[in-house]
Amino acid sequence: MEWDRIILALQVMAVDPAGVGGLWLRARSGALRDRVTNALTALPLPLARLHPGVSDEALYGGLDLSATLASGRPVRSRGVLARPAALILTMAERVPPGLSARLGQALDQGGACLIALDEAAEDGEGLPAGLAERLALFVDLDGLAWSESSDITLDASALDAARTRLPGVVLPKEAARALTVAAAELGITSLRAPLLAMAVARALAALAGRVTATESDVMQAAEMVYAQRALPLPSAEAKTPESPPPPSEPGEPEPSDDAPDAEAIPGEMMIEAVRAALPADLLAQLAAGRAARGAKGATGTGLARAGNRRGRPLPSRPGKPGAGMRIDLVGTLRAAAPWQPLRRRTAQSDAVLLVRGSDIRVKRFQETSDRVLIFAVDASGSAAFARLAEAKGAVELLLAAAYARRDHVALVAFRGTGAEVILPPTRSLVQTKRRLAGVPGGGGTPLAAGIKAALATAAQARARGLTPTIALLTDGRGNIALDGSPDRMQAEQEAMQLARTIRSCAFPAVVIDTANRPQTSLAQMAGAMGAAYVALPRADARRLSGVLGAALGD
Amino acid sequence: MPAETAPKLHALPSRPAPRQPFPFSAIVGQEAMKQAMVLTAIDPAIGGVLVFGDRGTGKSTAVRALAALLPEIEAVEGCPVNSARPDLCPDWAQVSATQITRKPTPVVDLPLGVTEDRVVGALDIERALTRGEKAFEPGLLARANRGYLYIDEVNLLEDHIVDLLLDVAQSGENVVERDGLSIRHPARFVLVGSGNPEEGELRPQLLDRFGLSVEVTSPRDVDTRVAVILRRDAYETGYDAFMPEWQAADAALRERILAARVALPALKTPAVVLHDCAALCIALGSDGLRGELTLLRAARAQAAFEGAETVGRAHLKAVAVMALSHRLRRDPLDEAGSGVRVARMMDEVLP
Repeated sequence: MEWDRIILALQVMAVDPAGVGGLWLRARSGALRDRVTNALTALPLPLARLHPGVSDEALYGGLDLSATLASGRPVRSRGVLARPAALILTMAERVPPGLSARLGQALDQGGACLIALDEAAEDGEGLPAGLAERLALFVDLDGLAWSESSDITLDASALDAARTRLPGVVLPKEAARALTVAAAELGITSLRAPLLAMAVARALAALAGRVTATESDVMQAAEMVYAQRALPLPSAEAKTPESPPPPSEPGEPEPSDDAPDAEAIPGEMMIEAVRAALPADLLAQLAAGRAARGAKGATGTGLARAGNRRGRPLPSRPGKPGAGMRIDLVGTLRAAAPWQPLRRRTAQSDAVLLVRGSDIRVKRFQETSDRVLIFAVDASGSAAFARLAEAKGAVELLLAAAYARRDHVALVAFRGTGAEVILPPTRSLVQTKRRLAGVPGGGGTPLAAGIKAALATAAQARARGLTPTIALLTDGRGNIALDGSPDRMQAEQEAMQLARTIRSCAFPAVVIDTANRPQTSLAQMAGAMGAAYVALPRADARRLSGVLGAALGD
Repeated sequence: MPAETAPKLHALPSRPAPRQPFPFSAIVGQEAMKQAMVLTAIDPAIGGVLVFGDRGTGKSTAVRALAALLPEIEAVEGCPVNSARPDLCPDWAQVSATQITRKPTPVVDLPLGVTEDRVVGALDIERALTRGEKAFEPGLLARANRGYLYIDEVNLLEDHIVDLLLDVAQSGENVVERDGLSIRHPARFVLVGSGNPEEGELRPQLLDRFGLSVEVTSPRDVDTRVAVILRRDAYETGYDAFMPEWQAADAALRERILAARVALPALKTPAVVLHDCAALCIALGSDGLRGELTLLRAARAQAAFEGAETVGRAHLKAVAVMALSHRLRRDPLDEAGSGVRVARMMDEVLP
């Protein structure tokens, strides 16, 4: 991105911060980013910094405890959203959905603008879509050298003049239509985009000192607003056999198909899911297995479950505030109440309330961690020919069970020379189904890579406070090593080693054997993994429906 | 909020006076969503609307517009639960006024991440601290009584808050047993939820409590999209010229809603319509009888809105999809969506 355009984006935001919603700034923290953020002082709004863990009290205001106790009457603190402000959101790629929705509401109410500092390091990270679409401007500092940049000084008087000019700026008649059509053609479905583009066009005209926006203003606005939105979307509706695999995230490298045994197999096949037979209570068994293992202390007693979602409140108990503890004010008051007359006498004070440290009660929450099911699906040529359809069917059955239990689901597919996370953990069944249907088959079997990707996803999920479970669906003939070379021996060794890693991390797992005949090697690997082993039976239609009927309970 | 604790404010650029929300009648398209909201305005007993759909399709806009559209209610002055008569005011509120005032139908926002205290109400800390009294500070449920409770991103709401809402929405009464308080007050409200299914699905238990459910999508054809953009832009930039025109349309719609409310009790419901309701619900295999009841209520409201004297099959068909589509046993493997299933079955059962 050129430096001039970055400056222009900042100017547009400084002219009409509330109208354009804000700026999505993708950059690593550093001197270059500081040059951009320093220019934000030109905004006509007070700046307020937020972080992804910001509490509702900080956002909306709440009771100021120390001041309240000192003064003997409630003192409330003001939240940052109480007045219009330019909200600077650091580490925006880690924003939880709840905060994203609240900030979205704040933006919709008008007056505020948001500068999201997105430090996404990997694909799959990034600003939540609900926020990204409310911010008109996008700046990416990636690949920009320090020497290409310079200090930004925005001309305050020129901006003031533009701001006064802004309410009078009119757009050419056909601008609305042109912007809408352009957005539709770029595959931008949200109607917020054209509206934001119109706001940007007005700001551009005001900056240039025009009362009527010209065609070039509109063109430039479209470019600024639409460029990052018009990314290729997952071709979910594509049903043709030749269609490429749906890229789950923009900028992801296309999976390569040049597997060593590719010549025997048509490059890619789209395989429709068919129904498959699985033991009805597979997930329940897994949960039981996890409980048993937990009881043996395999996870270690000291392992902290960091950053869990909030749970049900438990009765409060005495404790010290701070270190993530929240005071239970009512509990504290109740503990202090019986002692008041006595304390007043001894302290010779007629204060309304005398609170001692021993009265302080802190809140406790029961952490109920959500489960995430990680499906690692073998989409290699051998599996594709034999049983990919049934494997997909099996995943769909497990998905239905996961839906009933409100679990999160993630999808990893491995084929060719590597594995990819098709879908990061989500609760959306619709998305999972679409992505699953779009998994093509073909290529070698990089079993180790598949396990590794599943393991990484599981570790990430655990770090976020979820409880991961891995379901591996394969026919077990791993023939591609981690480095992509067709070395069967090495591939098998690596797969076994990773299987043992799963056990040592104490991730509950299940191995579903999709080969025509049960594979002893897979059963062994399941043993190394500490996982349940299920051979997907070769079911004829009648038996299938019987098992299904039992599984679905009708 | 005490002024002395407020920090010094920066000088802000002059902002226009608070605006009325975007008018309801001015919303382009999205007929099902508008119809569902009008029906609950006619008969609140239908029990709420769920709007699920893509981003930027005007879900929130419609709810905020609804607030401005609704007729005023009569309530005892100063009553925290908007009681209609002085003798209905709860004892704990200690309302001394007997004067009746008119106020807008309450539309209360339930923000995500709201605490249980804020929803159900809790001990009034101020009075506990200053006067040592045990008093109840009413929460959002009290404010929403006789009005609307709006939850944006309802699918992201914390589970324990959802449980709580379910309980109150069903019983129509908020019972508080906490902080040494034992309080109950009426909490009859229409639940309006909106959300985006891509961000997570709604628990089936909550789904069933909404009377009507509609799915909204971005308009596909260019002309509609342009119309949306132009109208929104006219609202943003030409507010003063834009509002009078549409406020007149809103007023006309409000009159129709009021007329329908008056006509509703006198509406005749032939036995054949009841039969149709039951036949459709049986064919769809919807759980429980809530489906039939809601379908009938919605059909009656629709008939009243259209000015008919008798409920007919046409009214039933006009509301069947929104009244039933979310009550089917969810088949997670069915791509088509349950709206299509209801429409298909309707054609079969009610030709």
